[in-house]
Amino acid sequence: MSHHVLSLLVEDKPGLLTRVAGLFARRGYNIHSLAVGTTEVEGLSRITLVVDVAGSPLEQVTKQLNKLINVLKIVELEPEQSVQREHMLVKVRIDQNTRSQILEAVNLFRARVVDVAPDSLVIEVTGDTQKIDALLKVLEPFGIKEIAQSGLLAMGRGSKSISERIFKNQ
Amino acid sequence: MVTSTTTPKSGEPPMMTGSGALLKSLEILGITDVFGLPGGAIMPFYDELMSQTAIRHILVRHEQGAGHAAEGYALAKGQVGVCIATSGPGATNLVTAIADAHMDSIPMIAITGQVFSTLMGTDAFQEVDIVGITMPITKHSFLVTKAEDIPATVAAAYQIATTGRPGPVLIDVTKDCQQGSAPFIWPDKVELPGYKPVQKAHGKQVQAAAEMIAQAERPIFYIGGGAIRANSQKELREIVEAVGAPAITTLTARGVLSDKHPQNLGMPGMHGSVPAVLGLQESDLLIVLGARFDDRVTGKVSEFAPNAKVIHVDIDPAEIGKIREADVPIVGDVREVILDLLPEWKKVKKTAKPLTAWWERLESLRASFPLGFDDLDDGLLAPQGIIQKIGQMSGPEAIYAAGVGQHQMWAAQYIEYERPGAWLNSGGAGTMGFAVPAAMGAKIGQPDRVVWAIDGDGCFQMTNQELATCVINDIPIKVAIINNSSLGMVRQWQTLFYDGRHSFTDLQPLDGPEFIPDFVKLAEAYGCLGIRVRTEDEIEPAIKLALETNDRPVVIDFIVSREAMVWPMVPQGVGNSNVQYARDHAPSWDEE
Repeated sequence: MSHHVLSLLVEDKPGLLTRVAGLFARRGYNIHSLAVGTTEVEGLSRITLVVDVAGSPLEQVTKQLNKLINVLKIVELEPEQSVQREHMLVKVRIDQNTRSQILEAVNLFRARVVDVAPDSLVIEVTGDTQKIDALLKVLEPFGIKEIAQSGLLAMGRGSKSISERIFKNQ
Repeated sequence: MVTSTTTPKSGEPPMMTGSGALLKSLEILGITDVFGLPGGAIMPFYDELMSQTAIRHILVRHEQGAGHAAEGYALAKGQVGVCIATSGPGATNLVTAIADAHMDSIPMIAITGQVFSTLMGTDAFQEVDIVGITMPITKHSFLVTKAEDIPATVAAAYQIATTGRPGPVLIDVTKDCQQGSAPFIWPDKVELPGYKPVQKAHGKQVQAAAEMIAQAERPIFYIGGGAIRANSQKELREIVEAVGAPAITTLTARGVLSDKHPQNLGMPGMHGSVPAVLGLQESDLLIVLGARFDDRVTGKVSEFAPNAKVIHVDIDPAEIGKIREADVPIVGDVREVILDLLPEWKKVKKTAKPLTAWWERLESLRASFPLGFDDLDDGLLAPQGIIQKIGQMSGPEAIYAAGVGQHQMWAAQYIEYERPGAWLNSGGAGTMGFAVPAAMGAKIGQPDRVVWAIDGDGCFQMTNQELATCVINDIPIKVAIINNSSLGMVRQWQTLFYDGRHSFTDLQPLDGPEFIPDFVKLAEAYGCLGIRVRTEDEIEPAIKLALETNDRPVVIDFIVSREAMVWPMVPQGVGNSNVQYARDHAPSWDEE
């Protein structure tokens, strides 16, 4: 299984997400994670998609995505040439005996405690996929009650921006 | 195409209702004919439609008929087809035709009424999410809820439907949008930052293509429907003749290169001619122009043209490499690419390999495996001969629309097409019932041409209600029902691959009354001329009478044998080298 990270610059139009998701569903591909938000340009949104596919069918999907009228640009972000981050909230069971161990892990991972209750903590963590997975592994033995995780966010390294060339052409 | 709107002297744009703006926008785009059927959510638009004369509206009997009529109109006239329906079931009845237009890249604008925007999402009466339903089968779709958005939306829909790779665009208009009013402002320029179809190809690639053609010993032109959409028939003929290689025209490309042209080997694929099928198989270079390696053409892809390199020209980059890897991929309009290729070819022509041996091989296939059919044991008429006779008597200037199945394949094989737009059929989607409404639309677009619907008795029973539309609106089409009393193509597969178990394919009980329904009586009930043909000597006089009758539609019920089969045939799932010329008669290519 190979993860691909796609970054799409799209017009902020109703139904756009359905159109994008439909192209993957139709081919039986699973969208592993999805993050959508506004951009520096009004009216444009950015979608970061992580999808599991083999090499050549991904090309077919990106070509089909490019055909969507509201999709302006697609880039595949390779891990070496991009910054990739996930954001997660995790609620962990605590008691007298485990509190200090958990807080130590929080410090070690440069995470933060954002809610405290007598028998639980909510921890906030940001990082790449490996860091998030590693923290979860550490916390698992204490009892994870709940997880809320953002889709992967990614951006190419260096000074170039995804919207640059589009507006140069106009 | 775009004329300016009249603005009042004050310089203020005129106020219009959403309905009025919709109508005005269509008028500005030069649309003169539309097909539709009203209902609650589209009534404001129909109210405006009644009080104008610039656009002719044809009232159909079923929305599917409006959709296929718009397709037939678009195919015959080379312009966008427009169909209109109300919300809910009206809109869903368009779905088959929209899907059909999507598969065959037919420019179409479908306009649907939608419930009040305040009621959307409440399961209101006749509410369906038609934008959602049609997302995977349209090139694009719009929901319009404000009158002020109508002009820009219609202008964008037209641009999307008719440029690049054409296709259907849906405009869903809420009832409050139709009733609301706003200043009518026609956009100077359509703003679609994410839509920039490539017309002109990369020069280096075209040069590489010319060199590759010169190197080939067994090149062949594989011409698809894109060549018709690009209006490339003149340039296509030039390049085919300049290179001197054989050519095949796919089901959707029939006529773009004349069937009379000596280099045309006919149609490829599951029911293609033996020279066309084996010509592709044995080639060392496929020059693909506006075609998409459909599975009905390639058979088993891994065994398709195994020794051929591929030059693939298509306006849609997603088609290139989708099924078969291209050695020289060229994204561009077929006509533009040929115009660039012609001078490149002149430069390398001297170095080109001789094609003498290749043509000897193909000529021997032509001589050994001509198109033909046998008489049948049951004494009933052979359908192929009837279709051939219709083609001979009506000529190349006529238009032939087909349904889907055996009669479609025979009509593709036995009528000689000499121009694009003469052959209309449902290629990709395979929509039974296409013929009658498509013929109706074609006759509206090309009123001076003879228009035939070559139909099967199964297909005819899906959409014949449009004969009422034809009679009332003076649209004198001619319908040839190739009546074998069965779903013939499925029955043929059952005969060949299911041990002759004809499961639910007989449309007439063998021991019951003869005709249910009686198509001659049905034709007469509609006000058409109905003719029945059972014997050889009745065929010509019936076609002659049909060609002479132009004051009403004509329906000829040709009673034919249900044992007739479509040959040649490549069974599904095997390589095309296994093409069978007739039952248990594979070509003897091993001799070579």
